[in-house]
Amino acid sequence: MNAAYEFVVGPLAWIAGAIFVLGSIYRLVSMYALAVKKDYSSLPYMDLKYSLRSIIHWLNPFGTAGWKASPWTAAVTFIFHICLIITPLFLLGHAVLLETFHGIEWPTISDGLADGLTMLVIAGCIFFIIRRATVDKLKYITSGMDWFVIFLVLATFLTGFAAYHQWLNYQFILILHILAGEAMLASIPFTRLSHMIFWVFIRGYMGSEFGKVRHAKDW
Amino acid sequence: MSIPGIRDRKIEDVGLQAGVDRLTEDQIQKTIKKVLKGETGAKLKLYAETCMRCGLCAEGCHYYMSHDKDPSYAPVSKVRQTMWEILRHNGKVSPEFIYGCAQIAYTECNMCKRCAHYCPLGIDIGYIISVVRRICHKLGVVPLYIQDTAHSHSATMNQMWVKDDEWPDALQWQEDEARDEIPNLRIPLEVEGADIFYSVIGPEPKFRTQLIYQAAVLMNETGQSWTMPATPGWDNSDMAMYTGDYEVMGRIKRAHFDTAMRLKVKRIVMGECGHAFRSIYDMGNRWLGWKMHPVRVMHAIEFYHELLEKGQLKIAKTFDTPVTLHDPCNIIRGRGLMDQAREVVKAFCPNFVEMTPNREHNYCCCAGGGVINCGPPFKNVRVEGNKVKAEQLIRTGVPVVIAPCHNCHGGLEDIIHAYKTGQELKFLIDIIYECMEKPDAVE
Ligand code: SF4
Ligand code: SF4
Repeated sequence: MNAAYEFVVGPLAWIAGAIFVLGSIYRLVSMYALAVKKDYSSLPYMDLKYSLRSIIHWLNPFGTAGWKASPWTAAVTFIFHICLIITPLFLLGHAVLLETFHGIEWPTISDGLADGLTMLVIAGCIFFIIRRATVDKLKYITSGMDWFVIFLVLATFLTGFAAYHQWLNYQFILILHILAGEAMLASIPFTRLSHMIFWVFIRGYMGSEFGKVRHAKDW
Repeated sequence: MSIPGIRDRKIEDVGLQAGVDRLTEDQIQKTIKKVLKGETGAKLKLYAETCMRCGLCAEGCHYYMSHDKDPSYAPVSKVRQTMWEILRHNGKVSPEFIYGCAQIAYTECNMCKRCAHYCPLGIDIGYIISVVRRICHKLGVVPLYIQDTAHSHSATMNQMWVKDDEWPDALQWQEDEARDEIPNLRIPLEVEGADIFYSVIGPEPKFRTQLIYQAAVLMNETGQSWTMPATPGWDNSDMAMYTGDYEVMGRIKRAHFDTAMRLKVKRIVMGECGHAFRSIYDMGNRWLGWKMHPVRVMHAIEFYHELLEKGQLKIAKTFDTPVTLHDPCNIIRGRGLMDQAREVVKAFCPNFVEMTPNREHNYCCCAGGGVINCGPPFKNVRVEGNKVKAEQLIRTGVPVVIAPCHNCHGGLEDIIHAYKTGQELKFLIDIIYECMEKPDAVE
């Protein structure tokens, strides 16, 4: 068990991190190259001001037609994403790892808060899963990939929650948690989770077309 | 591969049927691969990959809202039934599947981009549908009626098979008619160096000639330096853009811009048309390699607004019947003329009532995007697909609807009739003509 633990927090963590970082860079660079080659009727319209205008409006959960039409989904989406980003970044347990292995000091949030945020992420996952399974318009469009990404997130946070509360076999659950987290990290550039790295550009492009050419709101 | 949705509502169309009858799966795959590889890139790839299948765009679409939230009409579902399947099978799809793709792309999406206000990611469903149309065009699977207009564009440079000599004839006829009212009125042809090239859509000389008459009165009575060409290139409309025939789109836009440059005008002022504006302002120029249009392009609304601001257009009386305004997608979501439109309307109509939702969020007329041009076989698709528009109109409770767009007129006319809203439709120029000061008029 100890060897397995050493492996997942050691080499495997490096590999997952590298896949995430290098993979993201590769995706961004190659996507940009493709856009230069093939989307030249769009690319020159990109505009920083109008990109930001659009991004800022869409970061307001009450500020757009889309969010207003589905307020519950909007609320859950925001809470889910905020907790999803904050919890792993500032969790004490993660910071300790950073310090032990790399001597880096890192700000943290209290364990109690992290526990609460984790529960919110899990609740968000359950909301999205139920929504996907029961709402007609979602059943119609859902593919395997959509299930994969949501269960990957759920697995990571559920095992993290269980490990913190020392449910079942602590070591075993902890290793599962680390594995799931690493799988999630490595999946970001190559699955639907890639919206994390591409979103600002897609949103920015729509904002630019609407702002600069169409002189209209895109929210 | 065939999914419940479009396969359960197939509509017979000679153009679509004859098109798919000629196809084999191998040919289809070859063509699709060529289009995807040659003409699409990061945009389509990113849209396909990062669309979260969250369904938030559904509420944005009038088809979805009008069909009691039938999931197969949601924007993302239209893509799910077409492009996502094409990508999943690497283009290896059946002729029957292509029939369904064409029916969805040409008749169940107006490319109005209203759903853009609902998608958090910023996915452009209208663009994806336009790629599906491009594929269908390349495969020769296009509804008969709209294909006929594209043929007309290609052969005559106008949408309605107007012959070269019929065009100046129609203008002269309108000039003659108008001279009964305004004896000094002229429709100046081929005036080099005029300020304005006034351009119209093919149907105007064919069956909406009163619009040419009224525009001529406006130009004459506000003292404009204007001209119309006597040659092909006068028509600003563009159904080729909507069939996916971008080669022809490029030819007709070039003819239009070339005509403006030959006449050395300062700007092109267009009549009250939405799709033509989109073609000239946003699409044709890009295909021809211009970032923006090479000659200044102004939609009629902008022009009326300018005339009012400069004090050239004077109001003789107001139009007191309560009116509402329909915001045409291509000039509101497409050009942001919502405030100017309202200022013009309010200048003439003291009893103006907003319909809701309005401005950028207004529902499309469901005729746009070439849907009305697909002809009688698909009329019910757009009438049933726009119950929400009828409800919107009824809620205003006013007898007159102003729609400053040709396509919107066609679409709203059918909706008003089918849902018995009992309203009268008007172009802005109808009201302006009726209420403006005409210093040279004899009666
Ligand atoms: S008709 Fe308009 S709202 Fe509906 S899918 Fe097409 S572009 Fe979107
Ligand atoms: S197009 Fe946008 S709103 Fe619609 S399902 Fe995809 S991500 Fe969601």
